Amino acid sequence: MSTEQTIYQKLKNTFSPHVLDVINESRMHGTAREDSHFKVVIVADAFESLKLIARHRAINNCLADELSGPVHALSINAYTADEWAKAEGVVPKSPACLGGSKNEQK
Amino acid sequence: METLDKIKQQISENPIILYMKGSPKLPSCGFSAQAAQAMMSCGQPFAYVDILQNPDIRTELPKFANWPTFPQLWIDGELIGGCDIILEMFQKGELKPLVEETAAKYKKDDAEES
Repeated sequence: MSTEQTIYQKLKNTFSPHVLDVINESRMHGTAREDSHFKVVIVADAFESLKLIARHRAINNCLADELSGPVHALSINAYTADEWAKAEGVVPKSPACLGGSKNEQK
Repeated sequence: METLDKIKQQISENPIILYMKGSPKLPSCGFSAQAAQAMMSCGQPFAYVDILQNPDIRTELPKFANWPTFPQLWIDGELIGGCDIILEMFQKGELKPLVEETAAKYKKDDAEES
C-alpha cells in the first residue's frame, strides 16, 4: 500500500469522516522523496468541541508511524460538518517550496 | 545547558516565539514563510529560533511539544500550533488579538518590575 493509501485508510478508520481527501504534494518539493509532503482535508463529527490544536494532535497521533517515517510535512485542514458547509469547500492552498530541504543537514 | 532546559528557557522568557526554518526575513520553507508572514502582519515584535541553525532544538522540541513538525508558534508558554493553525486563526481574525493581548500583558509586567 502506498503512503497515501495508508494515510487515507488510517484516517478513515479512526475518524469515520464525511469528507476525506489525501493529496500528495511531494512534487511541489523538488528534492524531497515522492511520499514526503501530504495535505489532508478532513470533515468529521469527532472534531466537534475540539480546539484546532486538539484536532491536529489527534490526526498527528493517528499518523505517528508515517510522521516518524517517510512523511516530512503534513498539512491539515480539519473541519466539522458545520464549518465545512460555511467554508463552501474552499481550502487554503499549500505554500510554494522554498528549497529548505536542500540546505538541511541530515 | 541541556537542550531541553534551553527550550524551556526560551519559551518562558519569550511570550511570543516562533520556531521556524530560516528567519522571518529569509525563510527556508514555505510553511515557515507563511507562518512568519502572518505573525509579522499582527504588528507586534516576536522572537524566533531558526531550527536549521539549531539541530539539537530541532530534534528535542518535537518530543517536548508532542508536535512533529515546524513551524511551531508558542504564546505565553503554550503551543498554539503549526502553519495551518496559525493561518486559520489569522484568517478568522483570532491571531492578532491573541498576539496583541500577550504583548500588552508582558509590557505591563515589565513596567511594574522596573
